Formats: sequence, C-alpha cells, structure tokens
Amino acid sequence: MPKFILAKLARAFLTIMMVMTFAFIVLRLSGDPAQVLLGPDAPLDAVIAFRERWGLNDPIWKQYLAYLTQIMRLDFGVSMRSQTPAINLVLERVPATLALTIPALILKLGIGIPAGVYAALHRGSLADRGVIMLSIFGFTIPSFVLGLVLVLIFAVSLTWLPSGGQDTYWHAVLPIITLSIGGIGILARFSRSAMIEVLGQPYIRTAMSKGLPWRDVVWKHALPNAAVPIVTLVGFMVGALIAGAVVVESIFAWPGVGRLIVISVANRDLAVVQALLLVIAASMVIANLLVDVAYGLLDPRLRSKRAAH
Amino acid sequence: MSLAIAAPKPGIFTRLRLKVPFLIAVAIVWLLIIVFVAVFADVIRPYPISQMNLAHRLAPMGTPGYWLGTDELGRDVLSRLIQSIRVSLVIAFGATILSAVFGTALGFLAAQFRGWVEHVVVAMADFQAALPFMIMSLAVLAFFGSSMVLLVCLMGFYGWERYARIARGLAISASAQGYASAVVQLGAKPSRVYLRHILPNVASTLIVSMTLTFPEVILMESGLSFLGLGVQPPESSLGNMVGFGREYLTRAPWIMLAPSLVIVMTTLSISLLGDWLRDRLDPTIR
Amino acid sequence: MTALLLEARGLVQQYDTSRGLFGRATSVRAVDGVDLQVNRGEILGIVGESGSGKSTLGRMLLGLERPHDGQVLWQGQPLPAPYSAAWRSLRAQMQLIFQDPLAALDRRMTIADQIGEPFIIHGLAKGAEAMAKVAGLMARVGLRPDQAGRYPHELSGGQRQRVVIARALASSPRFIVCDEPVSALDVSIQAQVVNLLRDLQEQSDLTMVFISHDLKVVRNICDRVAVMYLGRIVEEGPSDVIFSDPRHPYTQALVSSIPKAGTGLSHRVILQGEPPNPAARPTGCAFHPRCGAADRACALEVPVLELNRGRLTACLKLRATGAQAA
Repeated sequence: MPKFILAKLARAFLTIMMVMTFAFIVLRLSGDPAQVLLGPDAPLDAVIAFRERWGLNDPIWKQYLAYLTQIMRLDFGVSMRSQTPAINLVLERVPATLALTIPALILKLGIGIPAGVYAALHRGSLADRGVIMLSIFGFTIPSFVLGLVLVLIFAVSLTWLPSGGQDTYWHAVLPIITLSIGGIGILARFSRSAMIEVLGQPYIRTAMSKGLPWRDVVWKHALPNAAVPIVTLVGFMVGALIAGAVVVESIFAWPGVGRLIVISVANRDLAVVQALLLVIAASMVIANLLVDVAYGLLDPRLRSKRAAH
Repeated sequence: MSLAIAAPKPGIFTRLRLKVPFLIAVAIVWLLIIVFVAVFADVIRPYPISQMNLAHRLAPMGTPGYWLGTDELGRDVLSRLIQSIRVSLVIAFGATILSAVFGTALGFLAAQFRGWVEHVVVAMADFQAALPFMIMSLAVLAFFGSSMVLLVCLMGFYGWERYARIARGLAISASAQGYASAVVQLGAKPSRVYLRHILPNVASTLIVSMTLTFPEVILMESGLSFLGLGVQPPESSLGNMVGFGREYLTRAPWIMLAPSLVIVMTTLSISLLGDWLRDRLDPTIR
Repeated sequence: MTALLLEARGLVQQYDTSRGLFGRATSVRAVDGVDLQVNRGEILGIVGESGSGKSTLGRMLLGLERPHDGQVLWQGQPLPAPYSAAWRSLRAQMQLIFQDPLAALDRRMTIADQIGEPFIIHGLAKGAEAMAKVAGLMARVGLRPDQAGRYPHELSGGQRQRVVIARALASSPRFIVCDEPVSALDVSIQAQVVNLLRDLQEQSDLTMVFISHDLKVVRNICDRVAVMYLGRIVEEGPSDVIFSDPRHPYTQALVSSIPKAGTGLSHRVILQGEPPNPAARPTGCAFHPRCGAADRACALEVPVLELNRGRLTACLKLRATGAQAA
C-alpha cells in the first residue's frame, strides 16, 4: 500500500480518537454522566448499575479507557426516551437521510460543475454573469429561508407539492431542491474559478499553440487539472451526506438523522447525541479518507508530498 | 487536512466589479444601515420587543403603527426585527473576531515553533474538519444548554482553521527567505517580527477571510436559532424570528419574510463586498 | 599581521531531505568540513558554483544556522545559540546582506522606517536622533533624502540594495556577510553597488565575507579568496595570486572562464560532466569526475586542504607530484 494512504489512515484514526475524546470531555464537563445520560428521573438502581458498568468510581484515566472500549464496541448507551440502544436509533434513520442527500449530491454535481465549467469557457457572456449571480444567491440564502419560501410557493399557494412528511416520492422533491441549491451555487462558483485558473496556465497555451483542437484542449488538459481542487470540495459534500440535512429535515418533518439530532438535543437525550456525534464524525473521516486517496490517484505529484506532510 | 477549500479563488467578480460598482455601493449602504440599526436599536425601536397588543394580533404589513405587521402575540415585528439585527450582529461580530484572533495566533505559533506544536494545530484542524460545525455546536448546546456567552464562544470557533492555515502559510513563507528572516537576522525578538512585520503583511488577507466568515457565522447562528437551539426567548435573533414565524407561514408570512430578507441582504452584501475587497486589497492571493 | 576576527573550525552542515516515495530519509551535506579564518578589516571572497555550499557557510559564519558539527569562534569565543538573547544582541555586530533586496524588505514599511529598525531593536537611538542617523545612512549609501518615505516597490533594484546595505550598517556592525549581493541586479548597476561596498568597507574598517559565483566581481573587491566545491574549500589564497596563478584544476577552470580583453577563449578549460550535486557526492576527491588531471587515486582518497608549494590547496595531484596539474 502506498505510504500516503498509510499516513492518511493514521491521521484518520487520530481524528476519530480526538472526536471520542471531545465527546468524553464534554460529557464529563456537563455533570454526572449517570444523571446526564439516564435522565433526571432514572431509578436509583439503574444509576448504580450504570456507574458500575461505566466504572464511574474509577480514576479518570481508567474511565477514559473504559469509555473508549465501550465506544469501540459501538455501545453508546440507551436512549432515555425510547429505551432502545442509541446506535440503533441512529442507524435506522440513516437511509431516510441518504434518500435526500444522495439525490441532492447528484443534482449538485450534475448542475453545479457543468454550469461552472460552461461559465468559465464563456467568460463575460450573459450566461457567465447569470451563473455568477445565481451562484451567489444560491449560497447566501440560508436553507431554512429557501425551504420556507419554497413551501410558501409550491405547497401553500400553488398546492402542487406536499409541505412535509415522508409518504410519497413527491414529499422528497422540495427537501431535495432546498438541499441542492446552495451546493450548486458553491460548486458552480468554485468550478468556474478553478477552470479559469487552469485555462490561464502556460501548458494550456502550449497545447493551443500546438494546434490541438479546442475541444481536446478542454477535455484532455484543462478539465483533468481543474478536477483536482473540485474533488476536494466534493469530498466535503460527500462527508456531509449523513449530517447535511439538519435544517432541511426539520423544515419538512423528514424523519432522518438531522431531525433526530434536533429532537435529541432539544430533549437532552444525550446518549443519542453522543452516538450521532461519533457516527457522523466517522462518516466524515472515512469520506475524507476516500477523497484523499482519489486526490492522490488524480494527481500523482501530490502523493509523496502529502505523505511527507 | 484538505487544502484550499476555504478560500474560493479570487478574480471571480473582476468583471462584476468593472460593470457594477453600483452593486458594491448598494451593499455598503445596506451594511451601514444595518450597523446603524444595531448600534441605535434602543432609540429607533418603536415598541419594547415583548410588548404585546392582543387587539392587534397578526396584523398584516402596512397597518398604521405596525408597518411590518405584528406577530401571534401582537408584538411589533419591526421592533423585534431591530432588536434581532442587534443580537445577530453582536454574535456574528464577536465570533468573527474571536475566531480570527484565535486562528491567527495558532497559525503563528505553528509557524514559529514548527515541530510538535504544528502537529497539534494540524490535528485540531483535522478534528474541526471531521465534525460538521453545526453538529458540534448542537452537541455542545445539548450538553450545556444554550446561553448567549456560550453561543458567542462556540461561534468563535467557527472558521478558526482557515485563519490558522493562512497565517501559518504566510508566516512560513515570510520566514523562509523573506523580510521576516531579514528582521530576525537584525536581532529582533519574535514578538516584533510577528506583530510589527508579519501581521501587517497578512492583515489584508485575514480581513478578506473575515468577510467570508462573517456571513457564514450569521447563517450558522440563525440556523441554530431557527431550530430553537440558539438564541432563546425572550431574547430574539433573526434566525429565531424566522423559526417562530414558520408556524404562521400560511396566515402571517410577513413575520418570517422580514427577517429572512434582512439575513439574505446582509450576507449577500458582505459576500459582494468581500469579493470586491479581495480584488482590491490583496495582490498576494491573485 | 592582521588580527583574527572570526574563525571556523571543522564546520559541517547537513540537511535531511524530505522523504521520497519509499520513505528513506537521505541527508545531504551542504558543507563538509570547512576551516576558515577571517581577519579584521579584510574582504574575503567565497566563490563556487551554485550548490557548493557557500551560502550555507555564510549563514553558519553569522551564527544564523547552528552547524551540524564544528564551531565558529567570534573573537575567540564560540557563537551563542541561535535566537538566544545573547545571539540577538550580537546581531548588532554582524550583519547579512541578501541576494534579493525586494524579498528582504517589508513591503508595507517605508524605507526610512526599515533602515532605522536596528536602532529600535538594539535600543541605539530614537526619535529625532534616529531620524538624523537614518538620513546620514541614506546619504552614505547614495539614497536621496526625498526617498525616505517611499516603499520598497517604488524603488529600483539597485536602490533597494542600497536600502538593505544602509539597514545592515545602521547598528555599526564589525562584520558583514554579503551573499550574492549584486547577482540580482543589472550588470550596469552591479559595479556601482560593488564600489559602494568597497568604499564603505574602507571608511569604517569593516570586515566582510563576499559570497559570489561571479569571479569578476570577486576579483574586483576581495583581498583573499576561498574556492569552494561541493561543500569544501579546494583552494585558498590572496586574490591577485589566485587569479593570476590558479593551482587547483577547478580554480583553473573557473579562472579560465573569465573573458579577458584581447585574448580569445582558446585557453579556456571547459568543465565536463554534471554540475556538483550535494545529494550524490562522488567518492574520493569530489571534483575527480570532471577533472582533466584525475587518475584512479583521486577516486579513492579525499584530499585535505594543505599547504602545497606555498598555497593552500586540496588536490592529490598537487601534493603527490609536486607539479602543477594541467
């Protein structure tokens, strides 16, 4: 295995450890974990059993190690609301979230990148300016405003689409649109500037002066080079697939991970919050790892540099 | 740590700048109004924010005396809006400055000491990248409950890694061969090198980053408040006005539209201004 | 006999190069065992191709880098550790003039502020006194008073180098290392700056080390010359003798490459082979792959710098045969 992948793996592991440590510290800072995780009206014997199981009477480093082992076994405790293991609650919500975020990601990539590249290739045209303006609007409008405005237009006034719930495919349309607009704007803007930068490079001028057809210049020289920074950005979007829909799920009453977070935070169902934190961090880290590997394969020059870093 | 994502490439609005300096002027005027409103909120607010007038509940926009209408408890939307602008701005401003100071200091430390200090800073940035900020904030708020101070401090961590990366990179390049090593060679102490030489040289880049962070902090805070987990009643912020107005979306959309418009206009203005400033101020990131 | 100001003993500097794809760390010896004396009031030239370690040597002489091995004695005392308080106060006495004056200047500070900065750093003068001193320094290096409020990018390359020189002189140093001070300048400006340096040296009895790859400039200004090849000194002697009668084959090649008026280039010794690469040092005498006089022994034994027929050289041929290598 190439060294840069090993280095990335080590750092991914370190990052997960840091997130776990963060959760541990925050949990300890917020008071007695037994009370906090089980809720204020937990029966006394449950609290005692909990203290016993998590070793809360041990020295802090022992508690930390015990905590890490529990987490490694995916034992995040029990939700105080539904009395089921927190991890199950989280995992059963993941498909609903992915049902929104994956189509949204496809829309972002499918519209954002071509729009940005097109704008870059036709700099100064009406289309270019249109893409710029739309992309600025896309990422300055907060998703909760956009979502509510869409509801107001399509659900309240026109009554074409439902405003919330998860009963039919139509219910997913507004959430997906709301989710993707911002990302389309960001990707379009970013792809445009990446492409413009690449088009200004000497090797593009060389390729053109060789008499290469413009189409080949774009496809063989410009796009592969512009892809490198774009992949990084896409990596973040992939990483956010599980966590990216907090606000939108709340607006549209979509029973996914994001809504679970908001409900659990509001109810202080901390076992669930903790499980969510770690699951989301793990998914982000894994996605970033994959993107880094893709990055390394896209741009062989970076391999050794990134490994040494 | 993934590189380069934070700073979208410059030059994107070069054309825009030439064609429409008018837009920048509008943005500046809008921001001045917003700042004015935030500073003099107590004076220009027509009613106290929690004064209810049950006779005038859900009055539409344009009602004499209540030009932006009233909410479900008959409170004046304009007064609440003015107060919300102040609260949101104070949070965003405090948080942006906190994160700029914190991030820049860490970046300089990493550049000065290299070695393990640098590794620690990079690991912290990795950690920040691994946890979506929204999720981290939600977790912290869940454990500690929401308060104004906690909210500012929490938002103060937003985007610190961007400043750290910029400050570290620029400080290292200045120290490698450039003016900073020349001044070190003259016998200057690190404090002088960093504060008198490197900081002024990186300031414009940092200010441009602040114009990137500022609207994002506003969006983050309003998002949290919208979810009911940020600013708590009776205090009011733009996001929490939208959040409460949402329940009256069909009957009284003005409750939600006025703060939404303010959010969009403000973030848009700062973004436009930031891009324009970047082209103007900072020849180094061209 | 002039007194010793600075002495280098067995200086070695090596850098670990960043690891390659297979993760093997290699170290490169930039300077590999240099002994050198610098006498009060002289200008010592250090010449060599790029990669010969002359800049690294200069930085070690100033104490800007801690040597991997060996030591530098300043007036008989070892240099303090870099970035210590003693090191910082010693900066007032020893200065560096950089190759690229634009990079060495802070582009957001006026040149007067920059020239006066050593006064503030070392607490030498302030207020009106400092301003008067800055004006004096500017006059000494040939800058006009009206340029005081300018920023570096508003000046020409030669003027910027004058700013750097003025700043280096501000704390009245006794020792200055000039690292390729004119090679970034136009040829027409080079002579002016070199003359300025020589005048300043004469006026204030400065000691200077002048690092350059340009032999014409070195011949012009230096009293004594050390020739470096791949981190070692291969020949050392008074400037006029080195240039009129080079002994080491490498020096001969360098000297023969200087164009002389009225003669063709027929006598020129063209160096063969690759330019020196510290990462792949040849065995034995590092110069042997490119040397016209080398034989098998040269690939085996490392020559030391020693007195051969009245000249410090490091060449087996000069020692073994006693005859001049061709």
